[in-house]
Amino acid sequence: MKDSSCLILKFLLLGLIGLYALIGTDNTIADNQELDIRGNVAFQLRGFTQDALWADQNSSDVESSISGEWEVRWRSEDNSQRVSFIPFARWDENDDKRSHFDLREAYWAYKNGEIELLFGVNRIFWGVTESVHLVDVINQTDLVEDLDQEDKLGQPMISLALQKDWGLLSFYLLPYFRERSFPGVNGRLRAESPVDADNAKYESGNKRKHLDFALRYSHYFGDIDLGLHYFNGTNRDPRLGVGANNSDVVLNYDQIEQIGLDLQYTRGSWLWKLESFVRDGYEESFFASIAGFEYTFYQVFEGAGDVGVLLEYQYDNRSSYEAATSADNDVFIGARWVLNNMQDGSILAGVVVDNKTSEAFYSIEAESRLKEDVVLELQVRLIAHSEPGESFHPFSRDNYIQLQINRFF
Amino acid sequence: MSLIKKYIVDIRLIVFISALLGIQLDINTVLAESLEEKGFNLAARSDRSDRGFGDSETEMTMILRNAAGKSASRTLRFTTLEVPDESIGDKSLILFSTPRDIEGTALLSHAKMLAPDNQWLYLPALKRVKRISSKNKSGPFVGSEFAFEDFTASELNKFKYSYLKQEVCENLTCDVIERTPLYDNSGYTKQIAWVDSTDYQLRKIEFYDRKGSLLKELIFEDYRIYEEKYWRPHRLVMKNLQTKKSSDLVYGEYKFKVGLTDIDFVKGRLPGLR
Repeated sequence: MKDSSCLILKFLLLGLIGLYALIGTDNTIADNQELDIRGNVAFQLRGFTQDALWADQNSSDVESSISGEWEVRWRSEDNSQRVSFIPFARWDENDDKRSHFDLREAYWAYKNGEIELLFGVNRIFWGVTESVHLVDVINQTDLVEDLDQEDKLGQPMISLALQKDWGLLSFYLLPYFRERSFPGVNGRLRAESPVDADNAKYESGNKRKHLDFALRYSHYFGDIDLGLHYFNGTNRDPRLGVGANNSDVVLNYDQIEQIGLDLQYTRGSWLWKLESFVRDGYEESFFASIAGFEYTFYQVFEGAGDVGVLLEYQYDNRSSYEAATSADNDVFIGARWVLNNMQDGSILAGVVVDNKTSEAFYSIEAESRLKEDVVLELQVRLIAHSEPGESFHPFSRDNYIQLQINRFF
Repeated sequence: MSLIKKYIVDIRLIVFISALLGIQLDINTVLAESLEEKGFNLAARSDRSDRGFGDSETEMTMILRNAAGKSASRTLRFTTLEVPDESIGDKSLILFSTPRDIEGTALLSHAKMLAPDNQWLYLPALKRVKRISSKNKSGPFVGSEFAFEDFTASELNKFKYSYLKQEVCENLTCDVIERTPLYDNSGYTKQIAWVDSTDYQLRKIEFYDRKGSLLKELIFEDYRIYEEKYWRPHRLVMKNLQTKKSSDLVYGEYKFKVGLTDIDFVKGRLPGLR
């Protein structure tokens, strides 16, 4: 089973690379036509600084991985219809769960004046903050991609958007649930017991086929950008439980209902940000919020580059009955340096510190274009002061440095 | 020094003409007014020659060159919606198509006159719309020698004007006007603009930095007329005289009145641009 899925992935990736070879860098087929084909292939190398903590985790310190994303877009001549098809695949040398395939997007959308209707798989982003995306609840996290939870699985939906001069009103019907991806037995960055991903439990009898519903309003008023949302359906965050054989972790997907808001006040060099929600969870109702700012020093050191300073406070008053979160009483401090050079170089460095336990999660992300279609990315993730039983402790020996080279076509 | 001399020549001319016409003048006040008025009127004539274009769309290539001659390019689609009210600026949308790693990145601007513009950036990797500060007027636009304000500050009422002189520019006659930014956070103390007196179009701008030194020179080339009325340059060459870097903007054909409306320039429509 594992071998066959690996083979399929390899085949898909080879197909992507083959397609790239066919199209090459000369994109004349795509230009000036309604059909646009693009994509990228990436080679990733992760170097772990310590040996793995848990049994069965791969003992190799270096892990390589290949991923590919293919983007096919079509638009009707009168601009009223568009189609997007974006398959993604990764093959990982050690972790057969990190080797995976996903349809990031596969939708057809129809627009007529103020109304847009969309059928299919799509990705939707809500929110304003940087360290946690609290109100971004439509898509499931593709956790094996990156701990930062910014990679998302495609979500099947029917959505209707109404753009008025008083704002954008969007309705979403979400008929099929996507389960979160977790590292496998051999993978790093996992808990002591691997997740039994094939036997997730659902509060709803309809399981994955529970019809979720969401509603969002967003607009701006002068210097203020405001978003309000309502969500009713299956919680994207699983509550972790112990399995029947007492060794594996079982995922519980509960029914929740929540209302929330995201707000940004933009003034001079300041961006003030707030995201909050009240959620009726598994056992109780609770409140979560993240608030902070981004202040930018423009053209620092008499040069072209900008340096932004970020500070955010994460708060969450849920009890241990609910799906766990690490962002309950934490401070994020970060800095972003945008070089504004020909290569569009940038560096984002930051740390999240838990006020109570003082465990810290350090992160550095840097990127620069090497040539027209090639981008080099560096990523560092470090966990410090983490004791057994605390949020990041299972990964405390999974500090890594990652280099990734992306070739776009 | 030379600037003062030019003023003196103008003063002499006006005094002489006034004397001929037998008008008694308070030279200082009338003179100051007339130079400012004349500058404004010439700038207004240039700005208003463009009135009624409605909306436009064009593709452009930006070529960045450093002092060593190394170059990089970006291609983008630029759409504009005219806002007829001169006290409010136009709306514009920039959508990048290359380099491919930033394909789909978009910048939406609602220009204001003296208040800060409203700007949103669309980041396709996260499908995220982010309201950004427009304070960074003097910052480089995508690593080029063009500053943000060079794109958004072409509105008439963003400057105070003063007429300098008339002189030959290439095979035309140009009015030379000094313009001083009235909006906050400009990187310039002043700009000297050459506007031809035949078609009323900008031919050249010199930019003076915060220390008052000559920083950049922008040349407008390859003007073409659309609908027998609207002139558009198809090549802009911006040279930074201090760093020796330069950026060219090469425009494709313009399309006018493509039917764009306010709804095409809202943040909610950014994720569906491609």
